[in-house]
Amino acid sequence: MTAPTSALGSPSTPLPAEVDVAIIGGGVMGLSVAEHLAEISSLRIAVIERSYLASGASGRNGGGVRMQWGDPENIALMIESIQIFGTLAQKLGINTWFRQGGYLFVARNSASEAALVRSVELQRQLGAPTKVVDARGIRQLVPELSTEGVWMAAHNPRDGVVFPWALVWGYAQQAARHGVAIRTHTNVTRATPRERGFELELGTGEKLRAARIVNATGAWSGVLNRSLGIDLPNRAERHEILSSEPLKPFLDPLVVDLTVGLYVSQSTRGELVTGITMPGGHGRGTDIDLGQSLAFLRHLSRALIRLMPVCAALKVLRQWSGPYDVSPDGDAIVGPSPGVPGFIQLCGFTGHGFMMAPAVGRIVARWLARNETHPILARWNPSRFRGETLARRENLIIG
Amino acid sequence: MNRRTFLCRCEDVTVAELEAAVGKGMLTVEEIKRYTGLGTGPCQGKECLATLARWLLQRGLATSDGLEPFTARPPAEPITFAALAGQDPEELS
Repeated sequence: MTAPTSALGSPSTPLPAEVDVAIIGGGVMGLSVAEHLAEISSLRIAVIERSYLASGASGRNGGGVRMQWGDPENIALMIESIQIFGTLAQKLGINTWFRQGGYLFVARNSASEAALVRSVELQRQLGAPTKVVDARGIRQLVPELSTEGVWMAAHNPRDGVVFPWALVWGYAQQAARHGVAIRTHTNVTRATPRERGFELELGTGEKLRAARIVNATGAWSGVLNRSLGIDLPNRAERHEILSSEPLKPFLDPLVVDLTVGLYVSQSTRGELVTGITMPGGHGRGTDIDLGQSLAFLRHLSRALIRLMPVCAALKVLRQWSGPYDVSPDGDAIVGPSPGVPGFIQLCGFTGHGFMMAPAVGRIVARWLARNETHPILARWNPSRFRGETLARRENLIIG
Repeated sequence: MNRRTFLCRCEDVTVAELEAAVGKGMLTVEEIKRYTGLGTGPCQGKECLATLARWLLQRGLATSDGLEPFTARPPAEPITFAALAGQDPEELS
C-alpha cells in the first residue's frame, strides 16, 4: 500500500470540522497514541503540530531503550515497551534501526553500587535478564572501557537503542494509513471548552471542534494548560547531547557511568552519541532554552576519556540540546486534567518518554477507546499534585 | 545534475533521495536534513547546504525570502575530546 503524500504530515492536510480526539503535538507520544487509537477504534482523529514532526524532544534524544529501572512499575512498563519495539519495524513498515546491544550500568562508588544491586534483584524478579558483572565481565563486553575504580556493573542484553526520527515517521505514516489527519506547521492558538467538547482555534484562522483533546506537547505543554486554568508542576529542563565522527561498529551496549550520570552509545550510523548530568544542574523553567554550552563539552569530554580512554583522539562533530519535561516526582502526568476532564495530559515523562512511547501509546489508546484502565494510569494521575510534595520513586534517571 | 548526483557527499544523499523526501511532504531545509541525513556528516552542511538551497529554488520548491538554513551546531569544525578536556592528544597515545 502506498502512503499518501501527507503521510508524514503537511501544512495542507485537510482537517475535518469535527473530530473525536484532537492530539496536539506531533512527537512520539502524540503519534504513538494516534496510531494505536486508529488501529483499535473508528474514532476520528487529528494530530496538530506547530512545527514539523519530531521537532521537539522526540527528535533530540539519544534513542536509548532500557528495562533497567529501579522501580517495579517502570520495569514492567519497559519490558512491555521493548517487546513492542521488537515488532515495530514490521508493523510500521519502516526501518527503526532498533538494535539490542544491551545497556551496561557501571558503578564507581558505594551509593551507585547499592542502587544497582537493588535494581538488578528487582528486575530479575520481574523477568528481566539483567546480571551483575565484575571488572573482568565488563572488559569482555567492552574491552575499551577502563575498569579503574569500577566497583561493579549491571548488564541487560535486551536493552538497546533506536533511531528516534525513523520511529516517529513510522508511527506517523501508519497513523495516516489508518485515516488520521496529520497537520504540521500549524499552531493551536486557543482551546475553548464548549457545552460538549472543545473548540480549537488554529494559527491559520481555521476552527475545529473536538470531543476530547490530548495535550502531547511535552515541555511546551504549560502554555496551553495555563490558558485553560490548569496548573501543573512539570517544567522544561535543558539537557545537552553530542555526536562524534562515525566509527566502525565497536561498542555493543549503551554504557552508563552511574556515578557521574554519563551515557554513551554507538548509533547504527557509527557515531558515538553521548550526554551527561551537569554538576550545577540543568537550567529549568517555563522558558525553553535550547542553546549549547562549552561547559558541557568540557565536562563530558573529561568523564568520557576517564571511562573510555580510547575516545581521546576521537572528534566531536555536533552538539545540540533538548528539553526534558520534568515532573517533580519523576513520574509522567497522564490522564484527565484537574477541573477540565476532557482535556487529557500526556506529559511529564522526565526524559524517558521516547523509550516508553510504544507501551504508553497502547495503554492510553485502550483507555481512550474502551475506558480500559491500567495500574500505571492511577499512578500518573494529573490530580495527584494537591499541595503535597511527592518523593521520587525512581532512582535511575540518567543524563 | 541527474537523479544519481550526490548533493551531500558526507552522507551520500542523491537528488533521487531529495525528490523522495519532497514527495513525502518535507518542505523545509530542516525537515529535508532530518529525513535524508543531508548536512549531518563531517562537513556539517558547509558543502551541501548552498547546493540544496539552489536545488530547491530551481525546482520552484522554495522562494529565496522563505528559505532558511538549518540550525548551525557547534563546534565550528570537528575537535577531539582530548582538546575539549584540556589535554594534548599527542600525549595520550
